[in-house]
Amino acid sequence: MDSQLGLIEQSFNNRYTLWVHEALDELPDSFTITDPSISGHPIVFASRGFLKMSGFSRAEIIGRNGRMFQGPRTNRRTIMEIREAIREERPIEVNLLNYKKDGTPFWMLFKMSLVFGKEDGRATHFVAVQVPIVSRKHMRNSGMSYSEDGGGSRLREIVFGSCRREVCSDSLLDLDRVLALDSDDTGLEIEDSCEASDLEKRKAATAIDNILSVLTHYSQLTGRLVCGKRCSLPGMGFISSSLYISLGRIKQSFVLIDPHLPDMPMVYASDAFLKLTGYDRNEVVGQNCRFLNGVDTDTTVLYQIKESIRTEQACTVRILNYRKDKSSFWNLLHISPIRNASGKIAYFAAVHTEEGCRNQDRHGLSLEMRQLSAIGAIKVAVRSLSMGAGPSKS
Amino acid sequence: MLRIKRVPTVVSNYQKEETEEAAAAARRVSGCGRNCLNKCCIQGAKLPLYAFKRVNKFKTEMGVHGHEVREPEPPVAFLDSLVLGEWEDRVQRGLFRYDVTACETRVIPGQYGFIAQLNEGRHLKKRPTEFRVDKVLQPFDGNKFNFTKVGQEEVLFQFEASEDGEVQFHPSAPIDVENSPSVVAINVSPIEYGHVLLIPRVLECLPQRIDRDSFLLALYMAAEAGNPYFRLGYNSLGAFATINHLHFQAYYMALPFPIEKAPTKKIISTGSGVKISELLNYPVRGLVFEGGNSLEDLSNTVSDACICLQENNIPYNVLIADCGKRIFLLPQCYAEKQALGEVSSELLDTQVNPAVWEISGHMVLKRKKDYEEASEENAWRLLAEVSLSEERYQEVNALIFEAIARGDDANGGVAESVIGEADAKPKSGGEVDAINKNSCPAMVSGTPECLVLHSGSRYCGLMIRYCFYKLASAMTY
Repeated sequence: MDSQLGLIEQSFNNRYTLWVHEALDELPDSFTITDPSISGHPIVFASRGFLKMSGFSRAEIIGRNGRMFQGPRTNRRTIMEIREAIREERPIEVNLLNYKKDGTPFWMLFKMSLVFGKEDGRATHFVAVQVPIVSRKHMRNSGMSYSEDGGGSRLREIVFGSCRREVCSDSLLDLDRVLALDSDDTGLEIEDSCEASDLEKRKAATAIDNILSVLTHYSQLTGRLVCGKRCSLPGMGFISSSLYISLGRIKQSFVLIDPHLPDMPMVYASDAFLKLTGYDRNEVVGQNCRFLNGVDTDTTVLYQIKESIRTEQACTVRILNYRKDKSSFWNLLHISPIRNASGKIAYFAAVHTEEGCRNQDRHGLSLEMRQLSAIGAIKVAVRSLSMGAGPSKS
Repeated sequence: MLRIKRVPTVVSNYQKEETEEAAAAARRVSGCGRNCLNKCCIQGAKLPLYAFKRVNKFKTEMGVHGHEVREPEPPVAFLDSLVLGEWEDRVQRGLFRYDVTACETRVIPGQYGFIAQLNEGRHLKKRPTEFRVDKVLQPFDGNKFNFTKVGQEEVLFQFEASEDGEVQFHPSAPIDVENSPSVVAINVSPIEYGHVLLIPRVLECLPQRIDRDSFLLALYMAAEAGNPYFRLGYNSLGAFATINHLHFQAYYMALPFPIEKAPTKKIISTGSGVKISELLNYPVRGLVFEGGNSLEDLSNTVSDACICLQENNIPYNVLIADCGKRIFLLPQCYAEKQALGEVSSELLDTQVNPAVWEISGHMVLKRKKDYEEASEENAWRLLAEVSLSEERYQEVNALIFEAIARGDDANGGVAESVIGEADAKPKSGGEVDAINKNSCPAMVSGTPECLVLHSGSRYCGLMIRYCFYKLASAMTY
């Protein structure tokens, strides 16, 4: 996807001078950098150390999401913890099982930190460091290692001491085998959980520091500074990175309008909207939608839209809109109020469909249904993501 | 016979009092005029049909040799779009009793982040109905409200397995009355956006009880939606199911539930690769099921556990989370306590009936006072009343593991020689110092037969591992 690769390049070029790639490549550690503002929250940089550790090539990784390294034995609760840390924009450090290109699983210490824009306080990138756990300090969750040590035999004594009769003589030998069978059908010998050593944790912390200082340094040269902690409070019209990630999953053309700000500007525009209208994101975010209207746009329809917004109702209209190159198209526009967790209206969502394009998508959903599903997805995202009273402590 | 008075939540616009129903039925000639799902209206009816792919193996993120090409982040999955789109359509058609997105909700500060919602519209003031809570299995009663009585406009689509192994969608498919379809319908008193009901084989009028097929259907739905924030839940009778017609519920909440954050401790892995853990440090005691060599293996293990509870008259709730990859099973006893007058009036006044969502950490509160004073301690205290005691919980677990081991064995094949009477009721193993209350049913002193260990039997293997887990837990105290 050319446009996606373009966005990925921009991800760095916007903030750092071109030398940043070389500087990052000089660091020996294994790490990846992701950009939450790009749809899919993809990896935009993978270090040499990471490529070596995972067995993938750069081309196989850039543009993809970190979950590509997860597999069947990856702990689901740990995945949830990482997802929640991303959603709440906070750092996290966990022991995680990942899979290499050839399919072998391995344990590592996964340490993730954020990079914030200095002036606007937005989370611009997530930095994740991976330190393979070499020390074999594994724990079986039941607190009991069955096979090798004396604990197993003591247990066997207790158990069979309690059974008065009819124990098969060969059963004692079978017992070990049965116990060792943790029904690992895949044949992959890997522990259920793993703990990183202090050394490994220190390695991770140092790596993060190094990366952050490289990024900070190279951002000074562009004037668009970053820092490792949020230095300023995000301003009005702020869309958190988690909302970005959620909205980025919606493939329809739509925008979010903030009715509380003067002149009701657009605070979010989807990729599909930019493609439909031909504008760049920085040309439209912060502007009122009226730039879509033109000479032949029906003013009664505009009035209808205004009224719906005023009365906080949903509406569907057919309106003549104009692209950046001045060509016009008929837009089947659906507008709906979107409430946040307080129950009050936070945004209006406007979903656009160009009339005449295929009436049904490849699955057979009508265009009406697709518009409504976009509204539904926006409602869920805005409501859920505004429920937090602040990050919970766990 | 234990009964409690409850005002059931209205889930359909066609839900009426049972007495009114009977009278209306007497008056009815042909076609009730409500466009429902019963014989009177169903002929010729059409609904969208979503046919899901029977993916038996869990979708792996990457194959062992080389990897599947996948998009960086899956776009909103098709089933997801369908549910959201149809739901929003019904919102705009005014079918819901209130706008749930206008209900104030917040995460309560604390370690777990319980979620409290102020919802005054959910519980109608009506004459309360008598509800029998001491029997988990009760026969279906056609006179009471059931889902054949919902209006067709409340049904969003049919949900079936596809014939040819590919996802298929028909925007308007006839309803095959002979092979009753499973359907997804709206809940007109939603707890959250997208609150729907999954009703397996709606026209067969199955009572509220889990069987392997219906549970598998629910799991397929969770997997197909592919959204970790779209979870399914089940309440048995006696655990605050309101309608005795087999159904699961689901809705969207893009936040973790407190129960999902609770740490777990692995107990055992079954022969089919299902990992069973117990919940730690959570007010309600329960089990967590994960893994499995296939979706069906995971489904069967959990179903077997549910069926065991049903047959032993133990009320329970089930939460299907993480796209069907983590399943929580929670036996409970609150309704019984309520009927016996053992719950404090303070808790009763909140009128929170702890069903699956409440137990998972999502509390819907009727009174502003309760909402404003909601705290993690209050929530914990309420849920602690719901939980089985430690002793009872261990007894119930023993039953569950026995049932699973039997089911596992039946699947696993190579079951060899006779197992002695594994006495399901635990006896205190007085002979062994290490075992006090945590006795193993399989290693019981004093019984004439003991386990004949044969490593070929999965039943043995599983029961032995379970016993060792119990012993190990006891020894660490």
